[in-house]
Amino acid sequence: MITVNHYMLLSAILFTIGTFGVLTRKNAIVLFMCIEVMLNSVNLTFIALSRHVGNMDGQIFVFFVMTVAAAEAAVGLALMIAFYRNKDSIDVDDFNMLKW
Amino acid sequence: MEAILFYLTATVAIISALFVIKCRNPVNSALNLITTFLCLAVFYIMLEAPFMAAIQIMVYAGAIMVLIVFVIMLLNLGLAVKSRYSHGLAGGGFLAALTLLVTVYFIKFGEATGTGGEITSEVISSYGHTELIGRAMFVDFLLPFEIASILLLVAIIGAVILSKREV
Repeated sequence: MITVNHYMLLSAILFTIGTFGVLTRKNAIVLFMCIEVMLNSVNLTFIALSRHVGNMDGQIFVFFVMTVAAAEAAVGLALMIAFYRNKDSIDVDDFNMLKW
Repeated sequence: MEAILFYLTATVAIISALFVIKCRNPVNSALNLITTFLCLAVFYIMLEAPFMAAIQIMVYAGAIMVLIVFVIMLLNLGLAVKSRYSHGLAGGGFLAALTLLVTVYFIKFGEATGTGGEITSEVISSYGHTELIGRAMFVDFLLPFEIASILLLVAIIGAVILSKREV
């Protein structure tokens, strides 16, 4: 029998994998994809708990998370293109223009 | 049967998520990320949320991943040539392990309370999941929905202005 704890454990593992990727990778686009993994693991928690509790609010929240992720993808990728034009790289080690 | 499907899909999801952070080529990472999204859509169907599964495939695996793959293609990135710092790997691994430890602790020793809400399996099968979502969104959550549309408009304008050569 699959309970809500199984889903939460799975989403904890996925969130950890995403965290590890964000902390260790250097390519900004891969970093971005790791953030998407983290967002999706949280979405899984929301839907599993929404079914467990018997309430629709969690699934509406997932809808808004997806909206914000889409907006983030549009703006973030535009930023990366603008950065690549200036520096010819999207390595996060080169993101140091605000450092003195 | 449900347990077999769950463990099979969970294994695929975890392995493909590991490949997302392991692959040196960003295109391979993107393809593995699509596999993870499809596995999560299977979970949403198992959790009786078919509308969310459809949105997951259309918005995430469709729109967002096309955008990411398009940018990878546009920037013409090669393989990751610089090696990672070993102390960065150690620190990242330590913090990730800490995250896993804390979350597993909460899941193991916490209790998910508050069962017995009004949305049961019978309600979902009689009304349909899409109708329930639509009713919740356009009655209870109308203002956040409108704010989300403004957010999307701002994101469109921001993306256009950021990627212009001269404003």
